Amino acid sequence: MDAVFLARMQFAANVTFHILFPSISIALGWVLLFFRFKHLRATGPQQKLDWLRAYRQWTKVFALTFALGVVSGVTMSFQFGTNWPGYMERVGNIAGPLLGYEVLTAFFLEAGFLGVMLFGHRRVGEMVHLGATVLVAFGTLMSAFWILALNSWMQTPAGYDIVNGQFHARNWLEIVFNPSFPYRLVHMILASALTCAFLLIGVSAWQLLKGVAVTSASRVLRTGLILAALAAPAQMVAGDFHGINTLKHQPQKIAAVEGIWETTRGAPLLLFAIPDDAARTNHFELAVPKLASLILRHDPEGELRGLNEFPSAHPPVLPLFWSFRIMVGTGILMLLVSWIGLWRHWRDGWDFAKMPRSLLRIFAGMTFSGWVATIAGWYVTEIGRQPFIVSGLVRTADVASRVPSSSIAVTLSLYIALYLALLAAYIGVLKYMAETADKKSYAGAPAGLPGEPQPYRREGEFA
Amino acid sequence: MTSMSFDELLPLIFIGLMGVSLLIYVVSDGYDLGVGMLMHRATPKERDTMVASIGPFWDANETWLVLGVGLLLIAFPKAHGLVLSELYLPTTLMLVGLILRGAAFDFRVKAKASRKAMWDRLFIAGSMLASVCQGWMLGRYISGFGEGWNYLIFAGAIAVALPMAYALLGATWLVMKTDGPLQDKAIGWSKIAWPPMVLGLILISMATPWISETVRVRWFTLPAIIAVASIPITAGIALVTVRVLLGSSAVRGSLCWLPFALLVLVFLLSFLGLSYSIYPFVVIDRLTVWEAASSPDSLKIILIGVCITLPVIVAYTGFSYRVFRGKTIELDYA
Repeated sequence: MDAVFLARMQFAANVTFHILFPSISIALGWVLLFFRFKHLRATGPQQKLDWLRAYRQWTKVFALTFALGVVSGVTMSFQFGTNWPGYMERVGNIAGPLLGYEVLTAFFLEAGFLGVMLFGHRRVGEMVHLGATVLVAFGTLMSAFWILALNSWMQTPAGYDIVNGQFHARNWLEIVFNPSFPYRLVHMILASALTCAFLLIGVSAWQLLKGVAVTSASRVLRTGLILAALAAPAQMVAGDFHGINTLKHQPQKIAAVEGIWETTRGAPLLLFAIPDDAARTNHFELAVPKLASLILRHDPEGELRGLNEFPSAHPPVLPLFWSFRIMVGTGILMLLVSWIGLWRHWRDGWDFAKMPRSLLRIFAGMTFSGWVATIAGWYVTEIGRQPFIVSGLVRTADVASRVPSSSIAVTLSLYIALYLALLAAYIGVLKYMAETADKKSYAGAPAGLPGEPQPYRREGEFA
Repeated sequence: MTSMSFDELLPLIFIGLMGVSLLIYVVSDGYDLGVGMLMHRATPKERDTMVASIGPFWDANETWLVLGVGLLLIAFPKAHGLVLSELYLPTTLMLVGLILRGAAFDFRVKAKASRKAMWDRLFIAGSMLASVCQGWMLGRYISGFGEGWNYLIFAGAIAVALPMAYALLGATWLVMKTDGPLQDKAIGWSKIAWPPMVLGLILISMATPWISETVRVRWFTLPAIIAVASIPITAGIALVTVRVLLGSSAVRGSLCWLPFALLVLVFLLSFLGLSYSIYPFVVIDRLTVWEAASSPDSLKIILIGVCITLPVIVAYTGFSYRVFRGKTIELDYA
């Protein structure tokens, strides 16, 4: 196979695996802070214990998630060079500082305070420990900030000069706050909130179904439902703004997303179609008239440019068309489930014992829905930038590695096998930790009297 | 050399920063990789203590690798492409090792108890794989990626010696952080790992001048030889002191930290010696720092960030080590 294609597959496999973990940890850090806050503010002993248990259980999830994020992130720092050596040679003056600041201000902050956050609760004062938790949560957010700044710059480059084919920075504010950055940052933070919310919902619903740690799981489930019910509609609004921004700066991406080949006024929204890149047409269209124009132009007669206006400079249509529909479909499902769940919970008098088991099963089934939507969304963004690595300026094929394709194929299969195994282990361990939450972590503790200093054990109980 | 402008100085500052990051990486991840490999010889209960001794630190330790490689990528993109293309397969295998051990580290205590032994095996295997690959990469790098069987044997020898150095570092870390039977065991492990590490160090010191004319001239010309000879002499004294300490009873008491500290000194001296050999090249005899560097404007932007953040990073890393100071098992399990 073609080396460029293999290099792209390998990079895609790695970023796909990597994004699973930040998409949880960006929001989970703040959720943990919320649990701690509720624990400190709680009045009744049972309430205090519940929030502490929730904090402890989800701290373990955070540790596991964070570790997988770190190791896959380390891999990425190498793959920029191994897969796209030409990228750094041409764009290094801009990408370099952004990546550098990510490592210096975010990666170190998270990793440096993670030890204190995970293992130091009884070794430092309450405030110091809270401070460490805030810094870890802030670090994950900063990490997202810098990485998304670079990614957005590749989508909508700004603030640069090109001298002899090399990019030079002209204005760093324009580079960081490039046209698509604010939209992408908000979209990703909300995506993380939703991914984390449905993880909380799914795992706690599973615990309720299994009768494990019922009192703390109820509180976590409620937190998750409220977070999802707020974040889901906000995400729809943010997504709409992001789409309009994309239409302005990358119209070919929108044309592929909507499957529009010829420039049209009053373009229909295709609910179903099989776009055919070779024949340059769609098969089996199922369309709602004028809806695409209405959504993107806020005008039923608005004009949308078609793919044929971008010869050999538009992305492949089929994967974009379907990734987008999977993302939006999952998003709508998340909105419905969180609202129906919350409404039902309110009608039950905020008592999960009355909630139908079928609804709890639906919650459990949605545990990883955030991953589906996030990955589909990133595929829209990243495949949508092709055939360029820096939109409209640098082609992916021109910066690819000179490593022989056989080497890339071998390492690609190695990575995929490793990632699939780790993913299975991650999900398996989450399930196991959920099912044993009240047995394992509290076996030795003196009925978990909260606030009473338990000596630091060093046997890796939260490791 | 008389009047170097700031723009010409920048690549030197960055090669220094990159070198220091990689040195900190080698020392800090070195001891935790070493502890990982030594778990192979420990009982399940000892393994828990060993993991606990590195638990709060390993995430931050690996970050120095990201910074080192990041600085190579950012400041010397041409060298980054060249080095990582030459080392494509060992880099991948090293990453697989690091992924395995990072994941196993967290999975081992969270998964079912019956799976713990499997995760321990993966942790040990990942630590070994990563260390061996790093040794191979170091060997290939300092021999300038030369072709021929002698170069491959050399890289192979380093691929054995570096894991031994890590094991020694890890064992002396345990001497410092544990007591009782595990400390006794760690002293024994240190004694086993000492000769191969010393041999490896001698081998690197002999082989680099043999491989590169530049290095030979630099080290074995008067009067330079008088000044630079202090590096191997001090390292030699430190290594002998480590060996003597390991045989004495003081290492079980108040001097338990000294072998580890002396080994860190040996790593530092080796780094200085290597830097002296290679300067001003990024890739020996092929690419100088100035040929490989990014534009001065970008380097300045990063330098500002480095000047602000690096002291802060050092401060909170120090804070973390302070929080988790002392013996790992002096806290009882009550």
